[in-house]
Amino acid sequence: MVEWFERHLPKMVLAPSFVAIMVFVYGFIGWTAWVSLTRSRLLPKYEIEGFFQYGRLFDTPRWDTAMNNLFIFGLLFIGISMLLGLLIAILLDQKIRTEGVLRTIYLYPMALSLIVTGTAWKWILNPGLGVESVVRGWGFESFKFDWLVNPDLAIYTVVIAGVWQASGFVMALFLAGLRSVDEEIIKAAQVDGIPTTRIYSAIIIPSMAPIFLSAFIVLAHLAIKSFDLVIALTGGGPGYATDLPATYMYAMAFSRGDIGQAASSAMIMMMVVFAIVVPYLYSELRAKND
Amino acid sequence: MTIRSAFAVALATTTLAGTVAFAEPQAEVLHYWTSGGEAKSVAVLQEEFSANGGTWTDMPVAGGGGDAAMTALRARVLSGNAPTAVQLKGPAIQEWYEEGVLADISAVAEAEGWANVLPASIAKHMKCDDTWCAAPVNVHRVDWIWANADVLSANGIAMPTTWAEFNAAADKLQAAGITPLAHGGQAWQDATVFETVVLGIGGADFYQKALVDLDEAALTSDTMVQAFDQMRKLRGYVDDNFSGRDWNLATAMVMNGEAAFQIMGDWAKGEFTAAGKVPGKDFLCASTPGAGFLYNVDSFAMFNVDGDDKKAGQMLLAKLVVGQNFQKVFNLNKGSIPARTDVSLDEFDDCARLSSADMTASSEGGSLLPSYAHGMALRGAQAGAITDVVTAHFNSDMSSADAVAQLAAAVKNSQ
Repeated sequence: MVEWFERHLPKMVLAPSFVAIMVFVYGFIGWTAWVSLTRSRLLPKYEIEGFFQYGRLFDTPRWDTAMNNLFIFGLLFIGISMLLGLLIAILLDQKIRTEGVLRTIYLYPMALSLIVTGTAWKWILNPGLGVESVVRGWGFESFKFDWLVNPDLAIYTVVIAGVWQASGFVMALFLAGLRSVDEEIIKAAQVDGIPTTRIYSAIIIPSMAPIFLSAFIVLAHLAIKSFDLVIALTGGGPGYATDLPATYMYAMAFSRGDIGQAASSAMIMMMVVFAIVVPYLYSELRAKND
Repeated sequence: MTIRSAFAVALATTTLAGTVAFAEPQAEVLHYWTSGGEAKSVAVLQEEFSANGGTWTDMPVAGGGGDAAMTALRARVLSGNAPTAVQLKGPAIQEWYEEGVLADISAVAEAEGWANVLPASIAKHMKCDDTWCAAPVNVHRVDWIWANADVLSANGIAMPTTWAEFNAAADKLQAAGITPLAHGGQAWQDATVFETVVLGIGGADFYQKALVDLDEAALTSDTMVQAFDQMRKLRGYVDDNFSGRDWNLATAMVMNGEAAFQIMGDWAKGEFTAAGKVPGKDFLCASTPGAGFLYNVDSFAMFNVDGDDKKAGQMLLAKLVVGQNFQKVFNLNKGSIPARTDVSLDEFDDCARLSSADMTASSEGGSLLPSYAHGMALRGAQAGAITDVVTAHFNSDMSSADAVAQLAAAVKNSQ
């Protein structure tokens, strides 16, 4: 009896969370997929009508804008955050005296809610209140920095605020990675007289590949689910110029009583996530099986 | 049996007898009137309800201009436990009716003679098929243009009565260094301006065809192109920093003379009067250029509930909401006008009287029309599709012809 209990205890302990995840994650993904095939408006309906919600979705210019914005925002946000994070991490890695203080300062934005980040940057970037009016106040009357209210450039202000928030976190990841590289190898390289830049580019950074992957996965899912930053910073505006798939889905589900449309956009978002995560999982699993 | 349990049984029997003998009216009311003036207005109804022997359970859900309240409503209805009455308006009432969850309050409506005191086009919104299912609270007029009296007189400008006059006045103001139009760049505000432009340029029949019936010929007509042309002109009369601005900040710009005009519903009046400004003296109100009246009517829809006490509460609530006293007191607080036409307007200000007179006149002339921007004319998905095009056009350099083509496509796609 005791032996049986001991053998099955781990399974029993894990069972509740397994069931909860089956229902609340995979069950609801299935439910959303089902609803996305129906004519649901105000309340969910369950008669399947086919893929016409997806047709509607792809015919909507606002959805195109949202997807384009996701790619612009995603690429720049991930790219710049990683570059900046790596650069700061390398600079901090030079055994400087105030490293603890500096690290805290760079990491601090991560402690803020995205709503706070968005609101603060809204004020900083507002042409009438922030940078533009300050620089004009210094006498540069022709200075112009109106990205926030310019429909073509507003999405880049979201990138700026996002990078400000996330690059400190990426720095922390990379810093941990830099420290985990074997001291002996670096020392050996130094003894051989290899310049520091070469040590970084040929030894340290290549050995940090798993960290790059982790940072990428974390940033990618932040970008795809990004919602609060846009709501606080631009409200999706001017017009709907800074809409992202998440804000589009929210508008359809909660403001417009168009649940079928919201469900279909949620499915597309999920497929985008899968397109990124599945290859990652595949490579991870294969590495373990080898 | 101990004394305590005997007492409990006795108590239980009397309460039971009490509910059987006369159902005490109960109402759980879901609403999103949570800001200062609105909360005060709804408190009036609460007091009146309890003065008539009812028990009011307040369920205010703030946020998102009613989006949060609608989410709460959806959850309650899906769990089979709908509130007694819900603040709902326009075609949303019929949408909920089609889900089969609304109650019939025709008994009260007929006893109180609602059909005789409500304007026909407003009464239509309160009916589901042939039964009454909602009670109107107020009428907000959307097609108002507000102006700073001093700025206008200093520049020798009269209130414009056509869009051409407005453009001429705006050019003059711009030359004098004043922002002609105070506007907040939020989608619903763009839509508010757009619908007044459509009404002014196309007239009442065109508005009905284009934004209520969604007639494709009207949506793609030259008149619609002209409406978008006028929107493009208006874009030039707005200051550079308008993106995302809240409507009350735009009202403040008119108040302190930074801007001359604002196009906004009559809730803007509350901002002026709260700042101690006097209508006619400090600020002017007029309908936007063109004839007609765009209304935004708040109402309570009654949901199917179990229990005589709740049904009694529903009936009492419906009776009080449309009652003369509540219609007067509530609307004095809220800045709107009574939905019923037989309430004395002695205590109302000039703007409200003008609104009421215009409502009666346009009801007779057939130009009393539902506001599309405020969810009175169309269902959420369709209104939203139109707003997307309007706001995309207003906030970019899209041509009017492109906008019209997109408009027709968006409307078709949303159905």
